[in-house]
Amino acid sequence: MTQPTPPTHRGSLERREAKLAYVMLIPTFLIVFSIVLGPLLANFWISTKPVELGDLRSARVMVNESIRPRPAAAGDEVMVRYRVRNSSQTEPITGATLTDTLPAGLVIGAAPAGCSVSGQTVSCDFGTLDPKQRFDVMVPVTVQQAYLDNGIRPRDDKAVTTGRSQNVLTSLEFTTENFRKVFDGAEFWTVLRVSLYYTIFGTVGALVLGLFAAQLLNTAFKGRNILRGLFLFPYVAPVIAVAFAWVLLLDAGPGGTFNAMLIQMGVTDGPINFLGQRAVPFTVLGLTFEFPLALTTVIAFEAWRYFPLSFLFILARMQSVGGEMYEAAEIDGATPFQQFWSISLPQLMGILAVLFLLRFIWTFNKFDDIFLLTGGAAGTRTLTVDVYEQAFALSNLGAGAAVAVVVFVVLLFFALIFFKFSPQDDG
Amino acid sequence: MQFGAVTIWGMVVGAIWGAVWMVVIGVLLMLVSGLVVQPPVSFALGLGLVLALASFWVKTRWTGRTALLILCAAAFVGLMAITLGQPFGVGLGAKPIYQIAAALVFSAALGASVHLGLDGYTGATVSRYRFELLVLRLLKGLGFVIFTIVVALPFYVMVMTSLKSQQTLLANPLDFSIDLTQGGASLFRSYIELFTQYHFGTFLMNTAIVSVFTVVITLAFAIPGAYAVARLRFKGQAFLSRSILLIYMVPAIVLVIPLYAVFSQAGLRNSLTGLLVVYPATTIPVALYMLQGYFRGLPSELEEAGLMDGLSRIGVILKITLPLSLPALASVALYVFMIAWNEFLFAFMFLDDLDMFTLSRGVVSLNSSEVPRQHLMAGAVIATVPVLVLFLWFERFLVSGLTAGSVKG
Repeated sequence: MTQPTPPTHRGSLERREAKLAYVMLIPTFLIVFSIVLGPLLANFWISTKPVELGDLRSARVMVNESIRPRPAAAGDEVMVRYRVRNSSQTEPITGATLTDTLPAGLVIGAAPAGCSVSGQTVSCDFGTLDPKQRFDVMVPVTVQQAYLDNGIRPRDDKAVTTGRSQNVLTSLEFTTENFRKVFDGAEFWTVLRVSLYYTIFGTVGALVLGLFAAQLLNTAFKGRNILRGLFLFPYVAPVIAVAFAWVLLLDAGPGGTFNAMLIQMGVTDGPINFLGQRAVPFTVLGLTFEFPLALTTVIAFEAWRYFPLSFLFILARMQSVGGEMYEAAEIDGATPFQQFWSISLPQLMGILAVLFLLRFIWTFNKFDDIFLLTGGAAGTRTLTVDVYEQAFALSNLGAGAAVAVVVFVVLLFFALIFFKFSPQDDG
Repeated sequence: MQFGAVTIWGMVVGAIWGAVWMVVIGVLLMLVSGLVVQPPVSFALGLGLVLALASFWVKTRWTGRTALLILCAAAFVGLMAITLGQPFGVGLGAKPIYQIAAALVFSAALGASVHLGLDGYTGATVSRYRFELLVLRLLKGLGFVIFTIVVALPFYVMVMTSLKSQQTLLANPLDFSIDLTQGGASLFRSYIELFTQYHFGTFLMNTAIVSVFTVVITLAFAIPGAYAVARLRFKGQAFLSRSILLIYMVPAIVLVIPLYAVFSQAGLRNSLTGLLVVYPATTIPVALYMLQGYFRGLPSELEEAGLMDGLSRIGVILKITLPLSLPALASVALYVFMIAWNEFLFAFMFLDDLDMFTLSRGVVSLNSSEVPRQHLMAGAVIATVPVLVLFLWFERFLVSGLTAGSVKG
């Protein structure tokens, strides 16, 4: 009798199942590749190009059509004028052409140089247009009564133009200028440092607040669900709403509520510019330190906005810990803080580690919050805000893409650490 | 009563509560009544201290509710006496009703805090266990007060600012009192102006369209994908279920430049269609991850039974899997809706025309010196209310959605 063995090749059922799986996954693959992974790679390409924001509008043949002088009576001989120009300041256009159909009732006279006429249609071939080049093409026409009656004017039918131009993005020229610009300035290292401060303290702040809030709501009492809902507000509300609420609350000008409160309480003499002041010097033991005020404020905002998330996770984990361990500890005489330190915290270590790593990456990625609060001013410019600054505020897409590449590389580094240390299937 | 370490610590607890409640109630009084007050924090601190000492004596004679009432009354009398009839540093003649009410709330809060905080302690020295319990009560109490205020204050300021006018706010930024006699049209003037002059009706509509379609598209893509990853065997299945997480660690800001370049040239930039391409792409991985986790938890015997009885795979998904996973679908849908509704970056980068603005983009456009700030806050309220209402309505689903898939934010 032969021993039964598992099949060595894939059966048709198995192949059909795999095929079905691929069919079901294809839409997801397509959209994720084209919108996420594609652009990710495209950044590397753009970062090697000397491309400015204005270059995105590729060179085009612009045309403005008019009839002059204005025809008054049948039999007038007037001109249809095409103002042709190259929209680009730098790029020539090759193979520039123009096609336009004139309304009935205009009898076209002699075709101007480079143009041909067939029926009511004028076609011109201009060859190459130099950058900024502009000129007029005049087509003589004779006006008939039909034109004056029908009310259709030459402009109603847009002239069609074609032309080819070089696109900076698709050219094969490469440059390292963008990266040199990014790394050259002393600013880059400041930005990187601010990014790390923001990420580390924002993450830790959110975790500690979340841990504290979870302790508060771990015991059952009346109104607990209401409080839990309230504690989630900062996370659920749109970032624009809460960011602007903070901006108005912390406003240093007249009308700033929080500063008015502090002054009223006698905490400070004048308003504190929480979001606009880079550093506050203070002296301890004869040494002067600088306290980064605006950065601290945005970190506080980050902790305020994201503590609900860690709070939810920690609370869920705490409620799955059985009560027996605490009962045993009580009998052994452990005090509440000892219980927290020796039972709760070790139980929560897994979820805290996962939360820390994920939140760390997400805080590092954060753009909206700082952008809306300070716009990256007053020493709060992180790498992500720098991408925007370079690409859109300074209109240098290439440099922005170079910073984005740096962001991605730093992130990859974090992600590798995360996957190395993440416990399997936890969280 | 007995004297010991807790007598001292009890007085510390009382002093802390005295100071905290004076600050909280004082600020609240300012915000609600518009009165400019000078909360006598150090007096309140002393009052709390004495009250705590007194509570040890009170408890030797009375218990329970009676003791609580006596403490509250003592706090009120003490406050009035110690501040010479000016409980909040200004004469009682100004807005007396608000002041008396605030003084009563303060007394009740202080009395209750001292009573509950020291409940079961006589003042005698206690074991470390009982001492830590005392500290824990104080910390928890303070935690509740501080968390609630810190979370709620920005929202309170947001709503109240939207109902005020610029002049009154500049005159006294602490005055959030609402004059209800002015009538609805005047009270809600900012909102009315936003809808009539600032196109907020269009913005609201655009945001709703984008959010709903994002949910629909995301589910249409993610359900089959999640099912395939969870149930079907194919090469790369394990790799996919792990690596899908990686995708939602890609920051949006890194995608913005290439997408901006491509969308500009493809004419997709200034359109809702463009957003409807980008939003689902960023939410599908999250949705797929959440759903596949749920699908895995369903008993596969049910589906196998369906297959045995002659259903096709598609039939199994439609007739067995999906009806069973309605709670998960609801969580995912709400979560995706929330992401799409709140999204700021792409809306800000891509949209230029007023007709295309979503609420996020619209509110940002109000952030200029020419637009009064009550309009900005009214815009923020309009953007917040729908998503908060939805959240409170479906809190159960959303909370499980948040915990299931989202460490994203």
